[in-house]
Amino acid sequence: MPLIIKTQEINKYYNRYKADEVRALEDVTLTISQGEALVLNGASGSGKTTLLSLIGCMARPTSGSIFIQDKEVSRLPERFLTNIRRQTFGFIFQQLNLIRDISALENILLPLYPSGTSIKEMNWRAKEILTRLNILKKAHMKVSALSGGEQQRVAIARALINQPQIIIADEPTAHLDSFLAAELLQILTELNREGKTVVIATHDPFVSRHKLIDRVIRMRDGQIIGGLEP
Amino acid sequence: MTRFLKILEYALSSLARRKFKNFSIIAIYSFTIASLASILLLTHSLKEIAVNVLADGPDIVVQRLTGGRHDMIPASNAQAIEKLIGVGRVTPRIWGYYYDGLYQTNYTILGVHEKLPPLEMVKGRMVARDGECTVGQGVATTQNAEIGNELLLINSKGIGHTCEITGMFKAQSNLWTNDLILFSQDDLQRFFATPDGLATDIIVEVYNPKEIPVVAQKIKQLFPDTRPVTLNEILHTYQSVFNWRSGMMLTIFASSLIAFSILAWDKATGISGEEKQEIGILKAIGWDTSDILALKFSEGSVISVTSFLLGISLAYIHVFLLGAPLLVPVLKGWSVLFPRLQLVPYVDMYQIFTLGFLTIIPYMASTVLPSWKSAITDPESIMRGG
Repeated sequence: MPLIIKTQEINKYYNRYKADEVRALEDVTLTISQGEALVLNGASGSGKTTLLSLIGCMARPTSGSIFIQDKEVSRLPERFLTNIRRQTFGFIFQQLNLIRDISALENILLPLYPSGTSIKEMNWRAKEILTRLNILKKAHMKVSALSGGEQQRVAIARALINQPQIIIADEPTAHLDSFLAAELLQILTELNREGKTVVIATHDPFVSRHKLIDRVIRMRDGQIIGGLEP
Repeated sequence: MTRFLKILEYALSSLARRKFKNFSIIAIYSFTIASLASILLLTHSLKEIAVNVLADGPDIVVQRLTGGRHDMIPASNAQAIEKLIGVGRVTPRIWGYYYDGLYQTNYTILGVHEKLPPLEMVKGRMVARDGECTVGQGVATTQNAEIGNELLLINSKGIGHTCEITGMFKAQSNLWTNDLILFSQDDLQRFFATPDGLATDIIVEVYNPKEIPVVAQKIKQLFPDTRPVTLNEILHTYQSVFNWRSGMMLTIFASSLIAFSILAWDKATGISGEEKQEIGILKAIGWDTSDILALKFSEGSVISVTSFLLGISLAYIHVFLLGAPLLVPVLKGWSVLFPRLQLVPYVDMYQIFTLGFLTIIPYMASTVLPSWKSAITDPESIMRGG
């Protein structure tokens, strides 16, 4: 399978040249193939979320290079990164990061607002995803009125509305019970079967051992310590 | 277009989510605009009325000064002035102020003369003979008098003088006629006990308006004890008085502007954690910095334009429909006759534009700048629950 993500000796520092300087990533080199389902595994502070942010074009590395579909993105200006983020990635955050006082449908459509997608197309996509995730009836309810599992589905629907090729999930099961966690992984498995690349940062062994996962990358202190080979 | 509409839709929904905060801002913002705009509208309208009233006024008013105070002027001076080149009709006038202790109001009493500006009547007719008077609507309201009633005033000898009211001037939009009582010239002379051959002042008509200052100078040379006051000087005085009064009011209301600025600054520097998080989420899911700015610009525009239009509308209603009850006592003048003043809506668009510029732009800046600061940071923090 062709490579979809490649990092070359990337380093990430926070508060560089200050007394509280932190080296969050150290010479990380990694390749991810298209359609692969991969877990970044490690304890808190190991650098999983930082690596996920850099891969997802939410931040730039201090040094080193990142390639998304053979295109180097690590030095691109902000607006190009935004475009890549919008067109290529769907994000599922640990805290869900939904806007609580608006409806589920509005939350789901938010990524499309600045894209200029027609209203007809927006509605079509939203209906399809809501139906697929079995939350069509809750579309017009405020997020704050939904259950934890329903909120999780809204977050997944929002991640999928742009029809991304890569799904990035940061500790997606951290706040879910085992039933909801299994349901989430089942959805991700289906998406993976459709050819979407899935990258998950987690320290939950239930996720790492799931049938969805092709490879587990182990991290410690900002370095990859195992699982590089598929 | 879809992008703009969807961002605007989201901006409106975002404003609706923070109802209390945004309604408070709109209320304070509108009040500030309404206060400032009321002063500007009223001042401008009063100045325009003064200009219109004085447009029919005499070109030169000649007063006599004795020992630095205004004194009666010999009416015979009029003949000498009339002989000056470029001078038309010259008319000695008798007039004065009358304090009505019963109603604690001031009236202006004037004798009918040939150069009286055209006065619009509400009803009735002008004074035709001795024993009659025509009054302004303010006087009639204060005295609770109608046409045909008798008006009792105390003359300069302390004796009661009655006159039959024959007509009423329109007070609407006319500050000049509101407190006016018009007598026949002879009646007035007797009322003020003015000695024969003397007048309060002399009014002079000049054929060519450009020659007014020259004629005034010649009158001064002819009669060194007089002070010729030109129409332009009166106009400037009115404008200065109203500007001074409005300046005083604006200074007072500047405090509300300062309070509003503090509020705006507080908003500017105090973008809430919730708003920061929302900006982070939007960026993380694919919104560009320019999209965030468009959103915040839309929010700021909705608030500031709504408040501005609301403030201007309130000011318009206050000044032109309600007669500026909150400002008239300060801005209108010394007269204590305050009828419901129906001001003619003269609006200076330049002033409105300036007011808009000075309030909308700073507010927009105070809304957009902190959001921009928040929007240019990496959305990475949102990955960490920030």
